[in-house]
Amino acid sequence: SKTKESLVHRMDTLFLGRKEIDADLFDELEEILITADLGINTTMELLDDARRNVKRNALSDPQELKIVLKEKLRSFLMESDQPAELVRPESGPFVIMVVGVNGVGKTTTIGKITKKFKQAGQSVLLVAADTFRAAAVAQLKIWGERNDVTVVHQQEGADPSAVAFDAIDLAVAKEYDVVIVDTAGRLHTQVNLMEELKKIKRVMGKRLEGAPHEILLVLDATTGQNAVSQAKLFNDAVGITGLALTKLDGTAKGGIVACICRELSIPIRFIGIGEQIDDLRDFNPDDFINALFGDETHNH
Amino acid sequence: MFDNLTDRLEGVFKKLRGTGKLTEENIKESMQEVRMALLEADVNFQVVKDFIAKVSEKAVGLEVTKTLSPGQQVIKIVHDELVELLGGTTEQIRLDGRQPVTIMMTGLQGSGKTTTSGKLAKILKEKGRKPYLVPADIYRPAAIDQLQVLGERLDIPVHPSTTDMKPVEICRQAMTVAGQKGYDTLIFDTAGRLHVDEALMGELKEIQSAIQLSEILFVADSMTGQDAVTVAEKFNQDLEISGVVLTKMEGDARGGAALSIKSVTGKPIKFVGIGEALDALEVFHPDRIASRILGMGDVLTLIEKA
Ligand SMILES: Nc1nc2c(ncn2[C@@H]2O[C@H](COP(=O)(O)OP(=O)(O)OP(=O)(O)O)[C@@H](O)[C@H]2O)c(=O)[nH]1
Ligand SMILES: Nc1nc2c(ncn2[C@@H]2O[C@H](COP(=O)(O)OP(=O)(O)OP(=O)(O)O)[C@@H](O)[C@H]2O)c(=O)[nH]1
Ligand SMILES: [Mg+2]
Ligand SMILES: [Mg+2]
Repeated sequence: SKTKESLVHRMDTLFLGRKEIDADLFDELEEILITADLGINTTMELLDDARRNVKRNALSDPQELKIVLKEKLRSFLMESDQPAELVRPESGPFVIMVVGVNGVGKTTTIGKITKKFKQAGQSVLLVAADTFRAAAVAQLKIWGERNDVTVVHQQEGADPSAVAFDAIDLAVAKEYDVVIVDTAGRLHTQVNLMEELKKIKRVMGKRLEGAPHEILLVLDATTGQNAVSQAKLFNDAVGITGLALTKLDGTAKGGIVACICRELSIPIRFIGIGEQIDDLRDFNPDDFINALFGDETHNH
Repeated sequence: MFDNLTDRLEGVFKKLRGTGKLTEENIKESMQEVRMALLEADVNFQVVKDFIAKVSEKAVGLEVTKTLSPGQQVIKIVHDELVELLGGTTEQIRLDGRQPVTIMMTGLQGSGKTTTSGKLAKILKEKGRKPYLVPADIYRPAAIDQLQVLGERLDIPVHPSTTDMKPVEICRQAMTVAGQKGYDTLIFDTAGRLHVDEALMGELKEIQSAIQLSEILFVADSMTGQDAVTVAEKFNQDLEISGVVLTKMEGDARGGAALSIKSVTGKPIKFVGIGEALDALEVFHPDRIASRILGMGDVLTLIEKA
């Protein structure tokens, strides 16, 4: 679209033609960072920091300014208490619980992750613990068929904790390598639904110590500042261990994750770049930052 | 009692007490605060810029009244301008024109099209219409099932679409069935798609030229960030949408996307989704969203009374 191209082009020409760092350059940078959903506070912080360095004469080359900003953003994205890779338990099934607000792409992401595990030769059990949304089970079953894996489910309206508990039972008995639990989308502000999520987690831990080993929060790249609130409240409720950022195949940049990684020290594990089974990538901070600055697009 | 923006504006105007007019300088300072508030609420960067320019113009030279503090007065101007921009025509779905009434739901993936189709059908049924739900999403796994389940819950007929048919064929066929069975209101639920996906955008245009549509609703997630303008602009360019539905508004999103979308499309926001349940659809209240975008609740009611 017009907006996107002009931004990308502007970013390219922004640094190339310039000999010095001036107020215009900072204004344009501000627009680029805010338009990428980085948020006004993080943007101001980044730029104020750079302005101070320019004043101290520690920074004078526009190209260098860009490198400094990228480095800083990179450090936000990499600020993590968790290892970047998924950590499997030493024995028994590796249980992943997938959570997030409505419609972000949880079920689809599960379908894609399943394929990755299958390709790595692992056996996967899918668990339909979204017993609420219309045809949620049918949707997961289709992803199960596409991956040729079993989907554990009960009737609509069943207690999701019971579904999860029984699934762990089965996974332990049948020695599955990986169990992925799909949960219903819920807004982070809905206290009773967040309680339900805690219960699903607790119940699995009762059946298998340490489970779930990974709690993956799915975020939609088109989301703005509200993603911070989502991440905080889901983290408070169940403790998030990793993020997946979906819908990066559009024009949204998903810049808000930089604030989330930084504030909550949670790593981004995957990005979603489409609706198909292969449209999943491991997160690469450099690609992400380049795209954010309009320097390059993601590898599709 | 006063929250963030009000406090910040009061701070700006502290020095002003006693003097009679809002000067260019303290307007400028206060507009910085308003700008921050709007950006924090996810209003698009460019939209904020235009908005601030407009409001500044209105505020300069304004007499300071006795009933309101300067800060409150600026907020009132900002709020009134927001309401005006968000509001405009508050017409709902047009039911009196050509029959049958045909409504196409469009938007990005996961925005809430299918759920809103169900909610809308319920409202229309309660108004005495005979709605027919038409699943025209052949891509998303179990999309047809999803609408069928909603139809069953609402006791509203759903067209028996299959994934081997082209969406435009499904819509045509549904029109014929509706004619035979006397359904007077068709709701076409289309697949979520990206605005940059030209092939899939073309599919919507194809439906548009095959069926005389009464309404094309653009369904958008209220949590959307800066990109809302790009998406809404493209859907409106390609399809000339007739209205907007904002979903998931019961959460804590500030909802700046409402202003962004309204600004670039000029199309009325007709409904607001406030939950997953099938009765969680409301008409749009510009004043409520304006307060929310500014991050303030009941303060404004006080100001309005003053
Ligand atoms: N373009 C694009 N679409 C995606 C991506 N991931 C998911 N989707 C689409 O987004 C929509 C919602 O995906 P779901 O997987 O159903 O989302 P969910 O979080 O499980 O939704 P709920 O269970 O209803 O809360 C579907 O139309 C998906 O095809 C992505 O990376 N890119
Ligand atoms: N909390 C909340 N959830 C909503 C609202 N409207 C829809 N949803 C939920 O958002 C998710 C996506 O809704 P759908 O109706 O499937 O969205 P869609 O636009 O049809 O999705 P695709 O067909 O995949 O593009 C579901 O979990 C819905 O229950 C709302 O107003 N509030
Ligand atoms: Mg789901
Ligand atoms: Mg749908």
